[in-house]
Amino acid sequence: MSPRAAWRLESLGFTEVYDYAAGKADWLAWGLPREGRAAQVPTVGAVARRDVATCGLAERVGEAKTRAQAAGFEACVVVNARRVVLGLLRRRELDADPEAPAEGVMLAGPTTYRPDVPAHEAGARMRVRRVDALPVTTPDGVLVGLLRRADAERASAAAGGGQG
Amino acid sequence: MPTAITRDEVHALVARGAQLVDVMSAKEYAEQHLPGAINIFIKTLDAASTVQLRRDRAVIVYCYDLQ
Repeated sequence: MSPRAAWRLESLGFTEVYDYAAGKADWLAWGLPREGRAAQVPTVGAVARRDVATCGLAERVGEAKTRAQAAGFEACVVVNARRVVLGLLRRRELDADPEAPAEGVMLAGPTTYRPDVPAHEAGARMRVRRVDALPVTTPDGVLVGLLRRADAERASAAAGGGQG
Repeated sequence: MPTAITRDEVHALVARGAQLVDVMSAKEYAEQHLPGAINIFIKTLDAASTVQLRRDRAVIVYCYDLQ
């Protein structure tokens, strides 16, 4: 409805009117600042760990595992040169043949979250599905960080959400 | 004629003093809105409700998404 609103403003004599047609959904999906009641609710973007370990498709599993452990993670996100998420190496994949390329063992096309998803919702879903960690991406697939279920549940509890 | 803009252009225009107008309902606005946006519900857009807007500055309107 923003195009109609923009035209209405023009009809009222405003001469420089712009229509951000992608709107609030687009803004929030990129994890940008917001105001209002919901701004008090911790989001996946706020909770995700930015220092997540990453590797390329051709890197060996053993190298990825070493990197993940050094960073304190039990997962490594497989990305391309633009940091677009291509796959995920969870604990079971990291325990695979250390000489195998990540591409050969990774969980391809993993489920991801957008930064604006409430942390308690993500934590609850991850618990039901028994998922320990999932990548968080921008709408164009670029890695924001790794959401750990424990972090989501902790943030939810701290905020009084209690639903995680 | 209104100009369709992207998120990056919103940033640039706001930095230059553009006014953000959320045209969703008061309830939706209260839930969450872009920083600094004011709320004028589309059904109430008229000469009276827009008195609060400066005519010498750009105005950016938005709703939830493309629908």
